[in-house]
Amino acid sequence: MLAVNAEKRLGTFALAARFQAAGGVTALFGPSGAGKTTIVTMIAGLLAPDRGSIALDDTVLFDAAAGVNVPPYRRRIGCVFQEGRLFPHLSVRQNLDYGRRMSGHPRDTRHFAGIIELLDIGHLLNRRPRMLSGGERQRVAIGRALLMRPRLLLLDEPLASLDAARKHEILPYLVRLRDEAHVPMVYVSHTAAELRQIATNVVRLDAGRVTAIGGVELLD
Amino acid sequence: MFELSPAEWTAVLLSLRIAIVATICALPFGIAVGWLLARKEFWGKIIVDGIVYLPLVLPPVVTGYLLLISFGRKGPIGAFLADYFGIVLSFRWTGAALSCGVMGFPLLVRPIRLALEAIDRRLEDAASTLGANPLLVFLTITLPLALPGIIAGMVMCFARALGEFGATITFVSNIPGETQTISAAIYTLLQIPGGETPAGRLVVIAIAIALAALIASEWFARRAGMRFQGE
Repeated sequence: MLAVNAEKRLGTFALAARFQAAGGVTALFGPSGAGKTTIVTMIAGLLAPDRGSIALDDTVLFDAAAGVNVPPYRRRIGCVFQEGRLFPHLSVRQNLDYGRRMSGHPRDTRHFAGIIELLDIGHLLNRRPRMLSGGERQRVAIGRALLMRPRLLLLDEPLASLDAARKHEILPYLVRLRDEAHVPMVYVSHTAAELRQIATNVVRLDAGRVTAIGGVELLD
Repeated sequence: MFELSPAEWTAVLLSLRIAIVATICALPFGIAVGWLLARKEFWGKIIVDGIVYLPLVLPPVVTGYLLLISFGRKGPIGAFLADYFGIVLSFRWTGAALSCGVMGFPLLVRPIRLALEAIDRRLEDAASTLGANPLLVFLTITLPLALPGIIAGMVMCFARALGEFGATITFVSNIPGETQTISAAIYTLLQIPGGETPAGRLVVIAIAIALAALIASEWFARRAGMRFQGE
């Protein structure tokens, strides 16, 4: 269970968001400029809210009043960004393995093989990120986030940089992920059609405010 | 025909030793200052920026003199180092390495700073969400991505150190076998009758070392760049 109650002012933009998300895929849905990315950036720990709190299950990640702010590297929240953000100086295999190495966990070949198979990226392992297509890059980015065994997966417009054909290439993997990986997800998008295929519940945002919380019917 | 006398060999090896030690010792400071200037905003940054580049614009003799009055045996830093650590820099090859490092420092810092400024900070954010603490992010993401700039800075610093003359001769004088580098040896040889031939040999050596350093840096930079381009 993710509980967000955060306020943030960035220049003239003011965000005040309050919602909870249980398992499954929670869509943050709204037009660009609604504050969706600001919210996931705060959940990841890359940006501190001005006021409020963020908690995941029984862990307080941020609490302004209590002075708690867990740094991103201790949150174990996986992120998939719009541009992938693969490390250009590392191979695909090293990118995938990065989270495990940084947290000092032992190698788990079965888990690794399972994720590779789920995302169908086994043939890319020895390539450099530069040599990947946009769709391949996003699949590797998803695999990299999953392999750190996240407690929550944040996907910030993961398909926005792809053309329609590539989107249809990735979406089935995300649906499989939802049904097989059992990691709760927060999925940011401004495209209703994309969210209809993947979301289990929806938080609708506009101009920094939550305007509705409910099921996929909010996407219509 | 082209055979170096033992004295000339000494000058060549000493120059190489001084330039290498100067570059390696300056490197950690160069990375730290480059990082500070690229990433941090603080009061007096413009002054730090100015001091770093000062050796580039000051007459080298002035830099050498400043080193002499601060790092000489009677200077505040020199006396401290001699009393507490037994390190004496004046009129030693280590002092020559210090003056060469100071003179090369601006050339070392600049490419490192530019490389750090060019790094996509969002990659560092991504690394931290994957569990890397700030030190690990720096070691596994920032430094490798800045590597071409670091190599370029090291080559510039090495070349400057190899050719340094004014600050070194002012600070540590021109003692054969201790502080007489290729440049100082050439200068000395040109002061005496019949010195042109041995001076010419040293000139050829200086050109060869400089060319080799440039080719090596080009090769390293290309290799480092290739790692980002793919297989």
